[in-house]
Amino acid sequence: MSQHSENTPILEARNLIKVLGGNRVLDSVNLDIGRGRVKVLIGPSGAGKSTLLQCLNFLTPPDSGHILLEGREVNAGSKKELCSFRQQVGMIFQDFNLFDHLSALENVRVALMKVRGMSKLDATERAVAELKRVGLVDRAAHYPANLSGGQKQRVAIARALAMDPKVMLLDEPTSALDPELIGEVLTVIRALAQGGMTMIMATHQISFSASLADEFIFMEKGRIVEHGSPAELLGKGVGSRTQAFCAKISELTGEADGEFRS
Amino acid sequence: MDFNVAFTAAHEALPYMLGGVVWTAGLIVGAMLLGLALGVPLAVLQVYGPRSVRRMVATYVWLFRGIPILVQLYIFYFGLLAWLSGLPGLTGIGLDSPFVAAVMVLGLTSSAYQSQIFRGAIQSLPAGQLKAGRALGMTDGQVIRTVVLPQALRLSIPAWSNEYSILLKDSALAFTIGVVEIMGRMRAIASTTHEPVSMSFVAGIIFFVLTWVGVKGLSILENKVRIAGYTRQGAV
Ligand SMILES: Nc1ncnc2c1ncn2[C@@H]1O[C@H](COP(=O)(O)OP(=O)(O)OP(=O)(O)O)[C@@H](O)[C@H]1O
Ligand SMILES: [Mg+2]
Repeated sequence: MSQHSENTPILEARNLIKVLGGNRVLDSVNLDIGRGRVKVLIGPSGAGKSTLLQCLNFLTPPDSGHILLEGREVNAGSKKELCSFRQQVGMIFQDFNLFDHLSALENVRVALMKVRGMSKLDATERAVAELKRVGLVDRAAHYPANLSGGQKQRVAIARALAMDPKVMLLDEPTSALDPELIGEVLTVIRALAQGGMTMIMATHQISFSASLADEFIFMEKGRIVEHGSPAELLGKGVGSRTQAFCAKISELTGEADGEFRS
Repeated sequence: MDFNVAFTAAHEALPYMLGGVVWTAGLIVGAMLLGLALGVPLAVLQVYGPRSVRRMVATYVWLFRGIPILVQLYIFYFGLLAWLSGLPGLTGIGLDSPFVAAVMVLGLTSSAYQSQIFRGAIQSLPAGQLKAGRALGMTDGQVIRTVVLPQALRLSIPAWSNEYSILLKDSALAFTIGVVEIMGRMRAIASTTHEPVSMSFVAGIIFFVLTWVGVKGLSILENKVRIAGYTRQGAV
């Protein structure tokens, strides 16, 4: 911690390029995020938000570019370094991706034991604490198939938190949820942000993320076309692309308007 | 045909024929386990291995699927194993026994079929399972062992039980190289009693019971390891 200053970004991406199916899905994307910050990725479908998030932890290896964790470049060619890097970067998926054959408790515990090498007893204790944090300790023995979507996503968050990540990547964490289940997940995410967790989140929940985000990043066709604080981009009469986009999706989702209200 | 005579003959032959069950069971258990031990890594290599390895596995599968069991029994028993058991250091360890040859042939053939069962099951899992494991910092080996295989093997049990019943029937060919399993005993006793039809019935009934017991046992296992609320189609 001490070898770099307070200002060193926790995670930094330089010049990420990714070509998929002949398209530049990511076109020289630069991004950095400081400790405790929350950045929100928005943009139309196909803009490259998921690809960017998955490039950030090499689930989709970028064709070129650099990723730095706390100022040190990650060498993804080394399996050991890659695994240790991924432990420090939590990821939340749109469709949860809980391990279907494991109970909620086992889902949270498995990587603690296999990756961290913790004893079963210690791992269980930690897993219970994380399930408590997301309000699901009473569902510890349930299998994913017997959990609601909101509960599944909260278990997934507990599973990621158990690894003590330095930054969390969230890819539309509420998009697969029924409307009445979105709130419980947003509550957990808000608590995380307030607790100082560093997060990069793709979402269509505009007013929720406007109340949380330090920065909005608007992507289109693989590029970051606008970025700035929610107030800068969504304030009355700003006329930004971001604002136009937010107004459009707010219309669709029934949010009152795309303007920022604190 | 005198049914009384036939029935008496069948009744008297039963203990002798049942003695063959031990050999049949040995063949099946040995071959299923050999097939499992080889089939799982073959499937993993065929899904996750580099291209050259995938091609080698595919060739192996084609070979064992393409050559009839009977031909393989002759090649292994009279050729390969006879030759191997003559090499210095390999004599006297039973490599030249018909039982060993039959277990190898049935096991290797089964490994080819089982590898395709497991491969299909692995490929049917959602890609997100692998991604989630990797995102937690697991190595691919760890993800395969702790996430992919436990799910894929569960999904494979019905097809595995099908493989068992096929293998059981294939094992009846082992008599051709001299394994005294059910079929071998049936032929021996049929030629002394001159009651081939009733002896065939006895053998058929024994094979049927063995099939039923095995398939039933595997379906009990399937229920035992079933994940709550999870079916082959997904969540219920
Ligand atoms: N494996 C692939 N092969 C080819 N093209 C792909 C592949 N994966 C994604 N793409 C394309 O890359 C582009 C970016 O996809 P991505 O999923 O990152 O967008 P997104 O911004 O997350 O969209 P959404 O809001 O729908 O989730 C899309 O045009 C998509 O069709
Ligand atoms: Mg996406």
